[in-house]
Amino acid sequence: MQPLLISQVSVVNSLGSGVEAMRRALRERRSGLTPCDFETARIDTYVGTVPVLDDVRVRPDLLDYDCRNNRLAQLCLEQDGFAGRVAAARDRHGAGRIGFYLGTSTSGLHATELAYRRRDPKTGALPADYRYAETQNAYSLGEFVRRYLGLAGPGFVVSSACSSTAKAFGNAARMIAAGICDAAVVGGADSLCLMTLYGFHSLGLTSRGPCRPFDVDRDGISIGEGAGFALVEKGDRARPGAVLLLGVGESSDAYHMSTPHPEGLGARLAMQQALDSAGLRPADIDYINLHGTATKTNDASEDKAVFDIFGPETPCSSTKGATGHLLGAAGITEAIVCILAIEGGLMPGSANTRSVDPAMRSNYLLENRQAKVTRVLSNSFGFGGSNCSLVLGVAQ
Amino acid sequence: MTRVFVEGVGLLGPGLQGWEAARRVLAGEEPFRPASTLIGASDLLPAAERRRTPVPVKLALAVGQEALQNAGRDAAATATVFASSSGEGEALHQMCEVLASAEREVSPTRFHNSVHNAAAGYWGIATRSQEASTSLCAYDASFPAGLVEAATQVVSWGKPVALIAYDQPYPEPLHSARPLLASFGAALVLAPDATRGASATFELAVLPGDEKPTGMSDSRLEELRLGIPAARALPLLEALARKTQGEVVLDFLTELQLRVTVSRC
Repeated sequence: MQPLLISQVSVVNSLGSGVEAMRRALRERRSGLTPCDFETARIDTYVGTVPVLDDVRVRPDLLDYDCRNNRLAQLCLEQDGFAGRVAAARDRHGAGRIGFYLGTSTSGLHATELAYRRRDPKTGALPADYRYAETQNAYSLGEFVRRYLGLAGPGFVVSSACSSTAKAFGNAARMIAAGICDAAVVGGADSLCLMTLYGFHSLGLTSRGPCRPFDVDRDGISIGEGAGFALVEKGDRARPGAVLLLGVGESSDAYHMSTPHPEGLGARLAMQQALDSAGLRPADIDYINLHGTATKTNDASEDKAVFDIFGPETPCSSTKGATGHLLGAAGITEAIVCILAIEGGLMPGSANTRSVDPAMRSNYLLENRQAKVTRVLSNSFGFGGSNCSLVLGVAQ
Repeated sequence: MTRVFVEGVGLLGPGLQGWEAARRVLAGEEPFRPASTLIGASDLLPAAERRRTPVPVKLALAVGQEALQNAGRDAAATATVFASSSGEGEALHQMCEVLASAEREVSPTRFHNSVHNAAAGYWGIATRSQEASTSLCAYDASFPAGLVEAATQVVSWGKPVALIAYDQPYPEPLHSARPLLASFGAALVLAPDATRGASATFELAVLPGDEKPTGMSDSRLEELRLGIPAARALPLLEALARKTQGEVVLDFLTELQLRVTVSRC
């Protein structure tokens, strides 16, 4: 594929607000996971929360869109000078030439959960102030971001569970290649809600403590909330040293709704396609940011897939011990971890993992490693067997 | 300008029971007789999965399967784009109801069925397709968004892609907050080259504008077009059924439209 320039990113999650906060946390090997005290949830697990969300007020002209997810999106758009960089791109390309390809898994679902507690006792009707289109609908995030940034180009929201914001990079790459837009805002947000906490718990997939990816004693995920955005433009604008999206691979497991293929077949296809679309061989990759959710099945199948393609040498790790599993926002967040790895030579060691499962054969990092990193691969896999791998690299 | 070839269509809607029958209605050869959308059990899925399959998933599977059969394409080798505004409302409703109760005993099956890409997940299990699959939403513009995405996939990858648009009305109380007129699914198999099965080409252009979108001449079909996001496909399907050529304008986002030039081939 034609490389895309990633000209600006922004990020918010339990490690803090802004890229610098996440960089520092990864360097210090800090985890943002804390015992779950979200809302009325009574589940014995750890979560990654963004506590300042309660104080975020959405821009007055966008009040109809007020919900936890859009607050999180706005907080993120305010970080790292992101909105300003988009405004400059808008001046350069024209608002109509900037698209938006965003992802979320649960959108503003928490607003619906709250509305269901306030149903009319006689009729069962939802309260009059419930706003479906602006909160619950998967596109709520898309319209909120479009309006917030004043974009007029085409776009939509991808909702393919935990691969959503990784796949959004593919949408943007194709739209720009087809000439439908010149630049795009990619990324998205996923915020805590009761549905995911109780839902993953019902599947026996929530960890009792902070999640421990690839650990011999791993026992499930820690759900986190987070957002991330990237401004992407045609790669021919890239100066040496800039970070490029080089390849995207997408596949389906065709196996089970909530369990990954045991041999990691779909994961392998996605990684191989990402390498092929970047025109690279496995040995060209310096670091892999794994999906690494810390469930028994995900980590075992992902390890098989990674080992099959990359063998025992390529350093890899999951950063979900630090951030938690950000569900639909995992793809963009971990793409930003990869950008940090390229910019600062930091391959983050796995937070909370004590001893790597001896069944694992990949080169899993427990400690931070400092080295020259020029090309990286990031994995995001989701329910419904939706897989996406990204390859990022430095412009020569 | 993005150009793709149309190889096959699938359709299920009220009084539009499969493409072969609906084609005659849309071509004006037979009158439109409104009736409930009949969604049968999918024979694609193993019996155990079939029981657990939510209605909108069955709807998506049925129109997708019909379009691929009409195109003579192997589902296992075809990438898919699922476009839906509503997703799976029954699972959403049940989950929210349980979460508002004291017990909060959530069903794991309902939870995994509630994801927006449930149809894509079941499709993969049913067809064994390991090809790429995207599930997207643009509220009322989910169909044009899906069409643009599917077309750019076809052009980027040089391979056929099935676009499957579907919407299923929500149960109350969500229905009052987001009323959808009826169950409606439309699928198109799009290809990069003129194969023997291709009947028309679509040339897509996303342009600023807010002119009146192409409507349906039958007022009841127009009502469907306006009342269900997936039924925004109807003017294009009518052009295919009538073998007409020319421009079809679909509303996309505020002051943004998708213009599709339909040509015979």
